[in-house]
Amino acid sequence: MATATAPGAPRTALGKAAVELDERLIVAGPLRRTLHKVFPDHWSFLLGEIALYSFVVLLLTGTYLTFFFQGSMTEVVYEGSYAPLRGVEMSVAYASTLDLSFDVRGGLVVRQIHHWSALLFVAAIVVHLMRIFFTGAFRRPRETNWLIGIALLVLALVEGFAGYSMPDDLLSGTGLRIASAIMLAIPVVGTWVHFAVFGGDYVGELIVGRLYIAHVLLIPAIMLGLIALHLLILVKQKHTQFPGAGRTEHNVVGVRMFPTFAVKSTGLFFVVFAVCAALGGAVQINPVWLWGPYDPAKVSAASQPDWYIMFLDGSTRLFPAWDINLPGDYTIPALFWPTLVLPGIIFTLMALYPVLERVLTGDTASHHLLQRPRDVPVRTSLGAMSIAFYVVLLLSGANDVIAEKFDISLNAMTWAGRLGLILLPAAAYVLTYRVCLGLQKHDREVLEHGIETGVIRRLPNGEFIEVHQPLGPVDAHGHGQLAYGGAPVPKRMNQVGGARRAIRGFFTPIEEPIRVELEQREESRGLATAEEGGRELTSAGRPTEGGRPSEGGRPSEGGRPSEGGRPQEPRD
Amino acid sequence: MSTTNQQSDAPHPGTAGAAPRRSRWGRRPADGTPAAAARARLRSRRRRRLGNVAGLLAGLILTGALYSALAPAHAADSSADADTESAVEAGEELYTRSCITCHGENLEGVNNRGPSLIGVGEAAVYFQVHTGRMPLVRQEADAPDKPVVFSDEEIDQLGAYIQANGGGPTLPSGDLRDGDLAEGGELFRLNCASCHNFVGQGGALSSGKAAPSLEASNDLEIYTAMLSGPENMPVFGDNQITPEEKRAIINYVQTIKGAGDPGGAGIGRLGPAPEGLVIWVVGVAATLFGVYWIGTKA
Ligand code: HEC
Ligand code: HEC
Ligand code: HEM
Repeated sequence: MATATAPGAPRTALGKAAVELDERLIVAGPLRRTLHKVFPDHWSFLLGEIALYSFVVLLLTGTYLTFFFQGSMTEVVYEGSYAPLRGVEMSVAYASTLDLSFDVRGGLVVRQIHHWSALLFVAAIVVHLMRIFFTGAFRRPRETNWLIGIALLVLALVEGFAGYSMPDDLLSGTGLRIASAIMLAIPVVGTWVHFAVFGGDYVGELIVGRLYIAHVLLIPAIMLGLIALHLLILVKQKHTQFPGAGRTEHNVVGVRMFPTFAVKSTGLFFVVFAVCAALGGAVQINPVWLWGPYDPAKVSAASQPDWYIMFLDGSTRLFPAWDINLPGDYTIPALFWPTLVLPGIIFTLMALYPVLERVLTGDTASHHLLQRPRDVPVRTSLGAMSIAFYVVLLLSGANDVIAEKFDISLNAMTWAGRLGLILLPAAAYVLTYRVCLGLQKHDREVLEHGIETGVIRRLPNGEFIEVHQPLGPVDAHGHGQLAYGGAPVPKRMNQVGGARRAIRGFFTPIEEPIRVELEQREESRGLATAEEGGRELTSAGRPTEGGRPSEGGRPSEGGRPSEGGRPQEPRD
Repeated sequence: MSTTNQQSDAPHPGTAGAAPRRSRWGRRPADGTPAAAARARLRSRRRRRLGNVAGLLAGLILTGALYSALAPAHAADSSADADTESAVEAGEELYTRSCITCHGENLEGVNNRGPSLIGVGEAAVYFQVHTGRMPLVRQEADAPDKPVVFSDEEIDQLGAYIQANGGGPTLPSGDLRDGDLAEGGELFRLNCASCHNFVGQGGALSSGKAAPSLEASNDLEIYTAMLSGPENMPVFGDNQITPEEKRAIINYVQTIKGAGDPGGAGIGRLGPAPEGLVIWVVGVAATLFGVYWIGTKA
């Protein structure tokens, strides 16, 4: 123990306490590294966080629900406060859900928040996945995280289905009946699978209890573990980033974990929570009291699963009723193909996509820079094609509701779905491919001829020409010499400092134009000495303003200072 | 569709009687082209009111004339019988005007136009006419609900006429909601939900047919729908669903319809389909907006 105060040693009580703590736990090093971790500053990198935070909301609200929900199928006679069901026989699970809705303080709003955030959770996973796919973020070395992501998606679907089935109402019971039929449709082992899951014939006495344990313990625990792994791998491998000035395969340009990213992230958590709470408070979801208790003898028109399972309902509705009758009393029911084989193929293809792409393109290198969707037209078009396929299935899952509400024949809807399932993906592929090439072409055009200034000049010979601002040095013909680098190309004058930068402010302007003008004039005088004028935003490898603090980027870049930042250490 | 006929029987200036009367006489199912129907709908409200008076006048004059002709034979009848009779006659009048082309001179039906009405009873007439289905405008998969053409009184007269010629289920009386709420719910889910959805929102059937939403149905329409089983809907006779059970079902349907949504906006009470729409259009859009807002901030 040192008695004399070493230079730089903490003098405050708090500082001393921190030193004491560090001497015992040795946390300063790792903590500093964590707090200084750099996050790429592009809004699309926050999509995964919507999923993460809706999961947190689910855990919080779900835990509250477990205090009151009872996952039991024992029959009781309802005597609660919802009059239209009083005296009706129902399972304890359903009765406790009614109690949650009408007799538990805050029960209904928490149930609704839970259900809305479940819908948001899966939607956010899907949106996050699309970001990863279309930017090529799944490429080596990140295939593991892609696989974990797919596993999380599948688990989320199962988890959501289990939760939706637990209240044992007429709607979810119908869904469970279909799940039972799907299990029975598995060739050879179907009956055994069904007996294992339901503990006997449909519906039995066990299934809600089993779903309950799976829903609140088993699957959330696995998901929690996978999410932790997902994030650990992310930290270890570091983020990918879009190509741009100063960004290389060996750095990450962005903002530090602390304080900037932490603040953003916390803000996002509140946004997600607010959206879930607003929906839960203002929009009714799954009003189980209107559905009634489950009874295998009853079924309602317009019964649908939640949206994330609806694509399977859709595939079932579109698939022709082709039972395959084998000799000797065996049948493969038509249900087998759209509900087991199809999702099996879909999820296998999704899981294997990184490998498939690596094999087909022969690109086995490690990548830390992302690709813009337009630069990989084949992948982008494949993605668009898959989305078209999925959307047709999704809409077909609700085709009876659409038919009823818009007065279309249900048969017409079914045939439209069948044709759409074949034609729309093809159309989406072709269209997306053209759009990608078109966008690329425009970028190349700007690189070659410069930005359209909007200034028309009349030459002495009477010819009119539009003046273009070249982005870099030009050759003898006035053509730009910048190579196409796969990075965003500036297309407006103020993005290259040729005009006043955009006024800041998201909802309303938060600064006065004249101030900006003055500030910029001052700045250009100051900067002119430090730096020569040209600003190349497309050149690869030229570090932008190194040594500048990572926050508060150059204002002349249209209020997106995030383009700058301090390069991080090279990767290991 | 209106559930009640709030037509004023207030006296109109006497001159108003003649013109609308002509238009009434001119009304045939044959002029039921879409354009004519649209025009008719536009004017129907006013016309109904005036037509009401005209019909009443016509009925009264006719009754008076017939009464004087037949009076000796019926001199001993009570006035109630006379009322029924006059209603039957007025009904025949209306029938001849609006229904005969499809349902035939003797209610026997016309091939490819309309079925026989012998034995359908006044219940079926009330349902078909009060929901605006009859007189039919054009033949299609579904007889759609249209604005009602006849007044309650005229419907009674039509019913009386058809009841008098073949009998059939009659209209119930008393409080049609006098039944057990919870039992009604169970019966509704068992018998009706497969087509009309558990909240009575309606549902699609095959080939462009649909079981309509019960949103606009009044008590008596629900009752008579069960009694007569229009189109693809089965008949629920009194031996399948007793009158008490019918009242219970009506009580349930109407109570649920009237009850508020404790959870907030009902979004059609259709479950996952509108919920999925809301989560993408509102939930995902709002969070994406938040992400973009936060993500592009310094
Ligand atoms: C354009 C032809 C047409 C006209 C006019 C018409 N109907 Fe009909 N009606 C039909 C057809 C077709 C059906 C059977 C389809 C259905 O049930 O909706 C029918 C069915 C009915 C039924 C139900 C029969 C049953 O079996 O339950 C009743 C009652 C009825 N009509 C009464 C009337 C009355 C009263 C009028 C006059 C106000 C009228 N219709 C005018 C064509 C017509
Ligand atoms: C097999 C399907 C089916 C069942 C079961 C069924 N309905 Fe219907 N219902 C229909 C159809 C189809 C129509 C439309 C008939 C038409 O347009 O002429 C209808 C029409 C009605 C209407 C008229 C709605 C309107 O738009 O005015 C009512 C009321 C009604 N049903 C009540 C019931 C009740 C109550 C039950 C249960 C006791 C029931 N239905 C059971 C198919 C069904
Ligand atoms: C550990 C976390 C979770 C717990 C403790 C939990 C708990 C519960 C409980 C007790 C219910 C029944 C109460 C009711 O029906 O209202 C329920 C319902 C439900 N849960 Fe969860 N849940 C958790 C996570 C999730 C997740 C991750 C999802 C989504 C993928 C989800 C989706 C659902 C759904 C859709 C329902 C049906 C709600 C309804 O009927 O209104 N839950 N959950």
